[in-house]
Amino acid sequence: MGEVKKTALNSVVRQMGGRMVEFAGWEMPVSFSGIIDEHIAVRTAAGLFDVSHMGEIEFRGRDALSAVQRLVCNDAAKLREGQAMYAGMLYPNGTFVDDLLVYKVSNEQFMFCVNAANTDKDYAWVMENVGGDVQVSNRSDDLAQLALQGPNSRSILQKLTSLDLRTIRYYWFRFGDVAGVENLMVSATGYTGERGFEVYIPNRFAEHIWEELFAAGADYGLKPAGLGARDTLRLEAGMMLYGNDIDDTTTPFEADLSWIVKMDKGDFIGRDALQKQLEEGLRRKLVGLEMVGPGIPRHGYEIQKDGRKIGYVTSGTMAPFLKKAIGLGYVSVEHSQIGSRVDVVVRGKPVQARIVAKPFYRRPKKKG
Amino acid sequence: MVPERLKYAKTHEWIDPESGRVGITYHAQEQLGDMVFVEFPEVGQEFPKGERFGSVESVKAVSDCYMPVSGRISAVNEALLSTPEVINQDPYGKGWLVEIQMTNPAELEELMDAGAYEKFVEEEAAKH
Repeated sequence: MGEVKKTALNSVVRQMGGRMVEFAGWEMPVSFSGIIDEHIAVRTAAGLFDVSHMGEIEFRGRDALSAVQRLVCNDAAKLREGQAMYAGMLYPNGTFVDDLLVYKVSNEQFMFCVNAANTDKDYAWVMENVGGDVQVSNRSDDLAQLALQGPNSRSILQKLTSLDLRTIRYYWFRFGDVAGVENLMVSATGYTGERGFEVYIPNRFAEHIWEELFAAGADYGLKPAGLGARDTLRLEAGMMLYGNDIDDTTTPFEADLSWIVKMDKGDFIGRDALQKQLEEGLRRKLVGLEMVGPGIPRHGYEIQKDGRKIGYVTSGTMAPFLKKAIGLGYVSVEHSQIGSRVDVVVRGKPVQARIVAKPFYRRPKKKG
Repeated sequence: MVPERLKYAKTHEWIDPESGRVGITYHAQEQLGDMVFVEFPEVGQEFPKGERFGSVESVKAVSDCYMPVSGRISAVNEALLSTPEVINQDPYGKGWLVEIQMTNPAELEELMDAGAYEKFVEEEAAKH
């Protein structure tokens, strides 16, 4: 594995009380004031995450669009300049190399934001599968990334930028100044289910911007947040975690992500296998679970119906905002209907649960 | 920080030799983070020293709890079922887990006192 990597924010994060753990080869804060406190801060005010461990892969050249189209299952041709989308990068058998965000800067420039644990694998996969006039670069070690998330995130960031943040819609991005640093990519995206922004920053400016954001956020309840809250927030929002909910054994159809598969966009890696799966029908499907009896579903727990195994839990927690024990898991399709009663085996005991709609949490719609 | 009156197991449980109450240490709850669930044994169940009698669960992980000495469960702290966060707030007081009748009190001698436990925690931290 080699040395554990440190982000450009390692020392400021430690100074602010980050409890450090190793994650995907990086030393990262799992929590600061406590997972529940940070989670609630993001739902009700704002939280700032160091997510510099995420990988960035850039595509430049006349054939950038066609290279991206071949690599991902969602349709990059539909993206406008300054727009982003969630997608899957698949193996020929239709399972996930990774899930990622695809950013379109222009017809000749795209960027992937990928999972930290997969960055090297993804880059190698991309290099193996691109051709034509396109240069691919792995920018992961040069770029820090901050995720400012929560209902107050726009008010906080607006104090530091001349971009009109109201005009950046969800899943769009723009380049602009933040805290005096020019030409940063500011993206209205996130992994929490809240409004928020992700800012890509050359390493040398990362500490400065982290500190300026906390100064700007002082009156807005901004708290530093770690990977623990990031995980509970994304789970409440019904978002996938690679390595838990999706991986190289699961397809987007099985993961209930058919909305990111555009079979009619032209060929892409994995399309034939997905076509076959459509024709043959699914055997299992990822569902939302809510516990009825006492217990918390956890990764790997068995799911049963009438004492017979029908699947397994892929993620689970006591959801801090909803205050319910929730989870995601694969079950055989005949038991996947919303409302079905199943059991989750918690330390040897079957505990009643029911299948519920995802996401578990949806942010309240507000004007403005 | 580590009360003198209690005895400590390497698995980070404490026992009060006077009352027979058992809980997890400040250090243990700090490592686990926000508590959200507790699983208790039945009152009257008997366990040998070192056997799992229940578990505490934080947002991020499940942690089994082991008997610091052999005994029979005489009470469980039912208040924790609705307020597991009390384990974080007061691990040596209101956050007790179970009360036991010791079946072999001589085993208390095998546990650590406060000073030894503090040293044990420091040594464990140094390993990481």
